[in-house]
Amino acid sequence: MAPITLSVNGKNVEVDVDPRTPILWVLRDHLKLVGTKYGCGIAQCGACTIHLDGVAVRSCVLPVSSVGNQRITTIEGLSSDGTHPVQQAWLEHDVSQCGYCQAGQIMSAAALLAQNPAPSDAEIDAGMDGNICRCGTYLRIHAAIKTAAAGKGRG
Amino acid sequence: MALIETTHNRRSFLKVSALAGGGMMLGFNWLAGLDLAALDDVPESWFEPNGYVRIGADGRVTILSPNPEFGQNVKTSMPMIVAEELDVDWKQVVVEQAPFNSTLYARQFTGGSQGIRRGWQGLRTAGATARQMLRQAAAQAWRVPVDEVTTKEGVLYHRSSGRSAGYGAMASAAATIPVPEAVELKEVKHFTIIGTSQKNVDGPEIVTGQPLFTMDERWEGTLVAMIAHPAAFGMKLKAVDDTAARSMPGIKDIFTFKTFEDGYERNFFDTNTFPELVAVVGNTTWEVMNAKRALRFEWEPAADRTEVVGGFGRTQTVHIPAGRESTADHTARMAEMAAKPGTVVRRDGDPEAAFARAAKIVERTYTAPFLAHNPMEPICCFAHVTNDKAELAGPVQAPEFIEQTLSARLGLPLEKIDITLTRMGGGFGRRAYSHYLVEAAVISRRMKAPVKLMYTREDDMTFGIYRPTYHATYRAALDADNNLIAFHVKAGGIPESPLHADRFPAGAVDNYLAEEWSVNSNITIGAFRAPRSNFIAGVEQAFLDEVAEAMGKDPIAFRLELLNRAKTRPVGERNDYDADRFAGVLELVREKSGWDKGAAPGVHRGVSAYFCHNSYAAHVLDVTVQNGAPVIQRVCCALDCGIVVNPDAAMNMAEGAIVDGVGNAMYGSMTFENGVPAHTNFDTYRTIRHSEAPKAIDVHFVKNEIDPTGLGEPPFPPIFGALANALYRATGKRVPVQPFAPQLQLRA
Repeated sequence: MAPITLSVNGKNVEVDVDPRTPILWVLRDHLKLVGTKYGCGIAQCGACTIHLDGVAVRSCVLPVSSVGNQRITTIEGLSSDGTHPVQQAWLEHDVSQCGYCQAGQIMSAAALLAQNPAPSDAEIDAGMDGNICRCGTYLRIHAAIKTAAAGKGRG
Repeated sequence: MALIETTHNRRSFLKVSALAGGGMMLGFNWLAGLDLAALDDVPESWFEPNGYVRIGADGRVTILSPNPEFGQNVKTSMPMIVAEELDVDWKQVVVEQAPFNSTLYARQFTGGSQGIRRGWQGLRTAGATARQMLRQAAAQAWRVPVDEVTTKEGVLYHRSSGRSAGYGAMASAAATIPVPEAVELKEVKHFTIIGTSQKNVDGPEIVTGQPLFTMDERWEGTLVAMIAHPAAFGMKLKAVDDTAARSMPGIKDIFTFKTFEDGYERNFFDTNTFPELVAVVGNTTWEVMNAKRALRFEWEPAADRTEVVGGFGRTQTVHIPAGRESTADHTARMAEMAAKPGTVVRRDGDPEAAFARAAKIVERTYTAPFLAHNPMEPICCFAHVTNDKAELAGPVQAPEFIEQTLSARLGLPLEKIDITLTRMGGGFGRRAYSHYLVEAAVISRRMKAPVKLMYTREDDMTFGIYRPTYHATYRAALDADNNLIAFHVKAGGIPESPLHADRFPAGAVDNYLAEEWSVNSNITIGAFRAPRSNFIAGVEQAFLDEVAEAMGKDPIAFRLELLNRAKTRPVGERNDYDADRFAGVLELVREKSGWDKGAAPGVHRGVSAYFCHNSYAAHVLDVTVQNGAPVIQRVCCALDCGIVVNPDAAMNMAEGAIVDGVGNAMYGSMTFENGVPAHTNFDTYRTIRHSEAPKAIDVHFVKNEIDPTGLGEPPFPPIFGALANALYRATGKRVPVQPFAPQLQLRA
């Protein structure tokens, strides 16, 4: 196995793993970036959502060899201090219950807003349907995305 | 002002000590003050606190939250209760998760919506006691009467002399003061923290992806372990060929093991779905996953077996039949059982005679499938077992039970077993059954290394411990004047009945009959958010809707009539609900939903109300039909759970329960073919998704000063009924079979 160089959260890192290893496990087991979660392993729940060059992808099915020089962003790198507008909106709406899916939800929401700064309700629905929350915080997720989009607080 | 004794049976449950470097620590057993009559035989270990208030000399206030957290937000709301009576600025309080403590009477248990209800008095008393001791310390220092020392937001004042001091300045002195025998609690009207919305204390860590969950922890030298279990219920391991897997990169060992030793008398939470498992242990998750896939198994039929189940003061035997069961067989067997007389659990009046003279009988049969809990964090835990001790960490709802199980399995005394409670990535009842701690411990001991055990989603979903499949037939007899003269429910399930015989409308009908039955199965079950109620509430409320329609009555007015009857002339003496509070949530939801104005054109409304886990909930659900599919526009929810500690968090919990309930009612289903679970992951097990949630939910609380009761479960069961009733109005067809979506020909 030849070492693979990755760009993760703005830093180049080298990992020595089986090239078929999904990025999820490279992040979690090798790079100790555990904010990205395992939920299903088949790209159905969205808990493992990261950004590749700013686009939301499911890291649980993406082999590390397929990344090339695309920039990986994880929840830990979305902002240096939790001040990304989506993270702030999440806190403002106190979205989380158990919290396990929320990193994936936030990464999906941030990618959605990067692409479409003022999504309609239907566009938020479509953009977020791939992320399961078993606690049922969808309404707060929806409201938080609208707050982040509007770039203003709830009051 | 309530005067609360802080001692019981000459044993103080509050213990003060000095902190190194200055300050005080007040340890408390938060169960104290509750169910005291039941605690005559208090063990010495009761002295051990499982929560504490720590006030440093620098004024820093730390409050430990005793209960396991899985999203119900007790890690925020329990310390809020302490902070209220301590009289500190909530923003200055640091909250930590308490370690699990093996005190026998500690109720470090998450389940049954009991955390706040049973913690209330103890948490308040702890805060009030610390405040009282700080006041006494200040009174001594200032040589003034203690009655003249007041507090506000962590500062002590003596108004007439103008003196003041922060709690930190008095904390070391307070640590030398004996714990007072009695303290006064605040009046509800003086609360400044309880009843205000405070944010989840773990929110910032959650949104930045900090390690909070067991899945995220990694101890030095930890190996990754996974298990493989039989492919079907009713099967067991015959042989495993690990030739290929063993030589794969990173693999340390592959072996079979038994979770419990033969003949073990298990406790209620030791459900043992598959007695023998295969362990795969290696360096990294991906390597272990790959090796697991390379295993070749031979399974063989498991024989009938009998398990002895102890605990809660009794021992029972459970028969687990052999065979590979299918959903089609379950459906047929339930219909067969329902056609026969059941076990009569309650009979009021003469129901048979009333049905015989009825002018009209309304009857409907309802069914619901097995459900998997599917918490987002799959089963996982840490174990590091050596010859003389066991360290574990995991998402566990019932640590005190599994600690005893581990002690028996490992042959270690309780004090050599240490369990760290990590934040749970969901639970819904599943994590009360923590066999995985035993599995990890056995694997760790064999490997002589710390291990992190994790289940794949498929392992998690196919391991059993499901919500049972249920069946209920309801009948109502109406006389010629359209009066409800008799009510009959016969309910059962595989392998347990969902009946709550003493719940509404028991007590409101002269002639009432409740029967139940059950059928054994080798498909294991466990508590699932609001056990039994999660089925019986919805179907009972759907049936009452049908009865109201047959009588030509408004569904809310009809329920209120029955509740008035139950209040003024109750039938029987065992009715387990308060008719006034039940009516209260119905009246509130009627007002807040604008029920009496009628639904807007194109909007179809369903109502439902239920009492469980000491709290009352009522919902009005509005549906519209768009492109042939129902869309839930709004759910209006009224709740009576007494005093609401943290209103916004309570609303979040109710919203979640409503979304979860809609999801399970519409889509939730686990089926079997020859013992094989037909759904193994989220590609075929449908959970509710973002676009399918109600578009709006508004939650309203009945305002009263009743001590708080729980909220995690009560809003969940009745939403099934509100949805069924709204769908009936939208489609003209009753939907007695769950899940609803396949029958409505929605996206499956």
